[in-house]
Amino acid sequence: MEEQYPSEYGPKWSDQRAERMLGALVCAVVGLLLALIITVFVKAWPSFSHNGLAWFGAGGSVEEQLNQIYLSGLSGAHYVYTFHAWQLIWSTLLITGGAVLLALVSALFVSVFIVEFAPVWMRDILQPVVRFLASVPSVIYGLLGVLIIVPTIGNDLITEPQKASVAGVISLSGYSLLAAVLILTVMIAPLMISIFSDGLRSVRPGWLEGSLALGVNRWRTTWKIAVRSARPAIVAGTVLAVARAIGEAVMLAMVSGSVAFAPNPADGLIFIYEPSRPLAPTIVKNIDSLGSPPSNATLFAIAAVLLMSAAFFSLAGWAARRAMRKYGATA
Amino acid sequence: MESSVATPPPSPPPAPAPQKPTKDAIEGSATWQLSDRIGLAICWALGLLFCAIAVAIIVYLLIQGLSYLKPSMLVTPATSGFSQSQTGGFSDALIGTLIVGTMGIAIALPVGVGVAIWLVEYGRPAGLARLTESTIEAIAGIPSIVLALFGTVIFSSTALGFLSRTSEGVVFGRSFFAAATMLSLVALPLVVASTREGLNAIPQHVREASYAVGKTKIATTRRILLPAARPQVATGAMLGLGRIIGDTAIILVLLGATQNFAPVGNTFPLNYLRGAGTTLTNFVYEASPTGNLNQPQKAYAAAFVLLLMVLALNAAVDVVHRRARKVGTWSH
Repeated sequence: MEEQYPSEYGPKWSDQRAERMLGALVCAVVGLLLALIITVFVKAWPSFSHNGLAWFGAGGSVEEQLNQIYLSGLSGAHYVYTFHAWQLIWSTLLITGGAVLLALVSALFVSVFIVEFAPVWMRDILQPVVRFLASVPSVIYGLLGVLIIVPTIGNDLITEPQKASVAGVISLSGYSLLAAVLILTVMIAPLMISIFSDGLRSVRPGWLEGSLALGVNRWRTTWKIAVRSARPAIVAGTVLAVARAIGEAVMLAMVSGSVAFAPNPADGLIFIYEPSRPLAPTIVKNIDSLGSPPSNATLFAIAAVLLMSAAFFSLAGWAARRAMRKYGATA
Repeated sequence: MESSVATPPPSPPPAPAPQKPTKDAIEGSATWQLSDRIGLAICWALGLLFCAIAVAIIVYLLIQGLSYLKPSMLVTPATSGFSQSQTGGFSDALIGTLIVGTMGIAIALPVGVGVAIWLVEYGRPAGLARLTESTIEAIAGIPSIVLALFGTVIFSSTALGFLSRTSEGVVFGRSFFAAATMLSLVALPLVVASTREGLNAIPQHVREASYAVGKTKIATTRRILLPAARPQVATGAMLGLGRIIGDTAIILVLLGATQNFAPVGNTFPLNYLRGAGTTLTNFVYEASPTGNLNQPQKAYAAAFVLLLMVLALNAAVDVVHRRARKVGTWSH
């Protein structure tokens, strides 16, 4: 089926040529990703090489360091790279961890509900609702957070004595871990729900029927058989949600407080009211200093850490799904 | 189970899902242990909570949007002023969103469909196919702020200086070209995934029938497979478009901190595309209390317009799905 059967598009669209062109396109996309990874790491290298592993450690104020880095780039005499990102990393861990945990639990319940227990009318409402929540732009979540959630937390939840107790260290205004975690949960849970419910639907009916035939009720059957054999899908959805949560920049830049500070759980429950700033929003907030070479390297170093953690989580998810393949369900 | 069917439910069950073992004779929760019933209650509570959140978002933005949005805002550009009544509207942002969406999809759609066709119809060598799949997955997992930073490197290079403003040899790298190119990467994985799904759903015998009448592979793809997969391609494009118009990080970095068009040069469409600009997401971000403008009322109004666009896209996806289902599947 080559040249002797020219289609109406003429020899220009011959098969080999089309395959070569599509192949070139695919190679270009792959090349672009490689270029992105290499560029980010090359650009980030000065920051990493000057700080070594201390980059990930604690020490000093991140704001102060970023400012020094920026100013040294403007004067141009001697670049300063000293940067200890622990406050940002800790904030990322707390916010991402909290949101993923909350979202995981609620998404499990909701997807079980959608697939198994909800009446048809409820399912017909819930599915569009989940799709809608997944498609609301993050800046709208951020806006609602800033104008509703943050003032509510600041005025109603945090008491005056609590504000006074930490007044010397940090001011509690409502921009907080709590606001960030709550909104991030609403943002990533729909992602999980849609993948979890796909997984739950693809569980082999025979397994469920077997369990039901043994007299196990539907609730137990769902949790012991369906949820367990849908574990690969649960891992896949969680990994995607983690990636989304780590990379979320704009919403967190708006509600998390925009001050590099490491909330300390040892302080008691008050730490959930403390502001912080994760890695990704730090890039957004300092984007204007890209012109200063050392700042540029530092921001790219943050981006490299984001890339690495995204890659790490998808690898971990892949490994986990591989290990679970023997359970027979597909993700 | 066949003969012991109890009262049939008022509405027929939707898509025949074989794993619903007791769709017709649903076992009630009355016989369950207390812990199981509490679990079911949690299910209901969380389901209703999500519905309540969605309703709250829509209703709240509807109220705020309707009370603050004036038609004049849609046609007047933002100006500087001291009070919210003096600062104009956000027409530039609205047009910017449309431009960015159109350009981004114009890049993402052909590339995404091409990649999907190669993956499904060609896919040799197998190693490259696996690599491509991982690449698409990886692109989907890259935070958009990282894409934005990468964009600053590409579009600030002297070679691509003609795509944005250049002064004294320094390339600014902020333009609609830059933003739309990077945003197309945000949409790409969605287009690829959806198109692949569509192509995979076409049974092999359809292709064989086409080959049997002498069509080449690429002619089959163009004339038979792509038209058949059109609903999925359209779905992917609309999902991608939704992601593009909702993205803020790339816009903030690659389009500019201005609230107006900043055309470069004189050639009509190109001068705007080469210049910096703004979109609705950028406007909402800057007009929120944490941004530089701090005009919450206008932020609400712009967010309302943005939400309407997203809702319209959602509805369009629904319509395409429903129409595709009505046309039917290949299996009969």
